[in-house]
Amino acid sequence: MEYRDYYEILGVDRDATQDAIKQAYRRLARKYHPDVSNDPDAEKKFKDLGEAYEVLKDPEKRAAYDKFGSNWQNGQDFEPPPNWDAGFEFRGAGYTGGSDEDYSDFFESLFGRSGYRAGSGRRSTLRMKGEDHHAKIVISLADAYHGAKKNITLTRAEVDDQGRVVTRPHNLQVTIPKGVIEGQRIRLEGQGMPGIGGGPNGDLYLEIAFADDPIFHAEKRDIHMELPITPWEAALGATVTVPTLGGKVQLKIPPGSQGGRKLRLKGKGLSTAKKQGDQIVTLRIVVPEAKTEEQKQLYRKMAEIMPINPRAHLG
Amino acid sequence: MMTKQVTIVTGTVLDEDTSCTLAEVCGMCGVPADFILEMIDEGMLCPSGASPREWRFSALEIKRIQTTLRLQRDLRVNLPGCALVVELLEELEELRRLYRMR
Repeated sequence: MEYRDYYEILGVDRDATQDAIKQAYRRLARKYHPDVSNDPDAEKKFKDLGEAYEVLKDPEKRAAYDKFGSNWQNGQDFEPPPNWDAGFEFRGAGYTGGSDEDYSDFFESLFGRSGYRAGSGRRSTLRMKGEDHHAKIVISLADAYHGAKKNITLTRAEVDDQGRVVTRPHNLQVTIPKGVIEGQRIRLEGQGMPGIGGGPNGDLYLEIAFADDPIFHAEKRDIHMELPITPWEAALGATVTVPTLGGKVQLKIPPGSQGGRKLRLKGKGLSTAKKQGDQIVTLRIVVPEAKTEEQKQLYRKMAEIMPINPRAHLG
Repeated sequence: MMTKQVTIVTGTVLDEDTSCTLAEVCGMCGVPADFILEMIDEGMLCPSGASPREWRFSALEIKRIQTTLRLQRDLRVNLPGCALVVELLEELEELRRLYRMR
């Protein structure tokens, strides 16, 4: 079992006042709230803060915790000495707030689990739906285009035969339907936390995020890409091979195209049965380097035959 | 050899076509109808349909309700505060998306 330094987690000194602890918790809870924070570890940090505050806000729990002394480091291997909690009366006492799931082994071996999780019957008359779980799932654009089956592993609390709550890894194979887009959520009914007192299980919400792709990027249902072409393809028109998420297609570049022109490939974006997404191809003209005298001469000839002032609008 | 037990699940995508009734939304989010009415009063939800019986809520609105519940539970934000936070979060999300696309 790993020792957890609750003072370090809250960023306060060991002799901090109760007010200072409360203020530190509130400040950090706002910073790391999973709805607000951009930190990839926000969820874990937020839970750690909740656990640290649960102990340090309660003078009795804090005093018991302080008995271990200040020589322990966060993450150090730790066993509590026997009868370390003699003289304290918090075990099994009520939990004052927040969500009590996912406290660390360290916390639970010292302070026990909360009333209903331990099946003490304290809240047994309550019938409640289990808590919903929220997770992000990162998929490739190809998976979003074609649809896919994804295996995910979640740590989930379950109630065993004796009514105890145990955490177990849970392997789920989730069907990602064709045409999901970033930010959309998939709701998996009954895959959240177990219900209380015979209530239904909570739900699992998976929010779709896309992995970076070297060629494509998605904007809602449309897939964007940049297509490099030569000046003569742009000027004279051409048919070129273009990759799409559904395979290669032939794209006709109209004569007289300028760089930045956008061409639309209908239905080649993230489409469902009801909604269509397109692929938007933005042309980028690649100018060949003039290295030899002959090549330079060709450019000079172009300047002579087809003069152009691309900065006319700048005055 | 140990076999890994895999549960195969299929969910519902909450997308542009999602439209839930008041009862469905209450069930999904675990809240009483009064709570939804308060959020409508606050301007946080604009269901389509004329009367509560005909109201339909979108996927975005379901997300707003769930975010509001977490903000209230975890940070003790009151409803006008939640309305402000949710609005700013949506704007922030859009800005982050645009920033990633640069």
